[in-house]
Amino acid sequence: MASTYETVAGIIADTCDIEADKITPDSHAINDLGIDSLDFLDVAFAIDKAFGIKMPLEQWTQEVNEGKKSTDEYFVLKNLCANIDALVAAKPA
Amino acid sequence: MRLEYFQMVDRITALDLPNRRITTACQVPEQSPVFEGHFPGYPILPGVLMIETMAQTGGWLVLAMLGCTKMPFLMQVEKAKMRSFVAPGQALEGEATLLHDGSGYAVVKAALSAGGKKVTDAEIRYGVVPFPNDTLRAAMLNTARRVGLPADHIQEHIHGA
Repeated sequence: MASTYETVAGIIADTCDIEADKITPDSHAINDLGIDSLDFLDVAFAIDKAFGIKMPLEQWTQEVNEGKKSTDEYFVLKNLCANIDALVAAKPA
Repeated sequence: MRLEYFQMVDRITALDLPNRRITTACQVPEQSPVFEGHFPGYPILPGVLMIETMAQTGGWLVLAMLGCTKMPFLMQVEKAKMRSFVAPGQALEGEATLLHDGSGYAVVKAALSAGGKKVTDAEIRYGVVPFPNDTLRAAMLNTARRVGLPADHIQEHIHGA
């Protein structure tokens, strides 16, 4: 079974047409990989479907805009994967 | 339909929120300046307006699900297929089903049919955001009443707004 990171990296490579070897756990989806908001919509939809979750993008965006969190906490891939794992763990059985 | 005003949906004919589905009636006008250019001597509804009609049908579903508290803006059209020409005067039935209710976005599968035959279908994605101003929100609420969105799906005031 693929790890969360492998699944997310595969989604990004497929939906954003980015070569897989350019994607690392420390890549920032926006600053390093150049994923724009429209492409991130594709990524978010694919992640939501793959993991059966609803990533709280509005809440994350608000926290970043209010200066409570840096974009690194949500858009660096290893952090994004940790957030996904937490959402999966919090799903009702 | 009033093509020049982008009023594509005449009325909502069914709204089934538990099954996340909507149907609409969209009567293509006999006359419109659009048909003078598209095309001279062979008037047909432009494909982009067929897509817009599907987007508005799905948009009403998203609006209904949110009580008209946020606005879905068209962001992406996937796998759009124009299967048949649509002539002036044809009656179209729109239908849309919500595929995914994301955070700040929504995805629907939509189609238009004429006489029971599917003429176009697509997967449509919206960015769902707060209304950018009161003018648009008021206009959308007025349009919601015009197309027959049930009143219990129209939230007149946004709490905290």
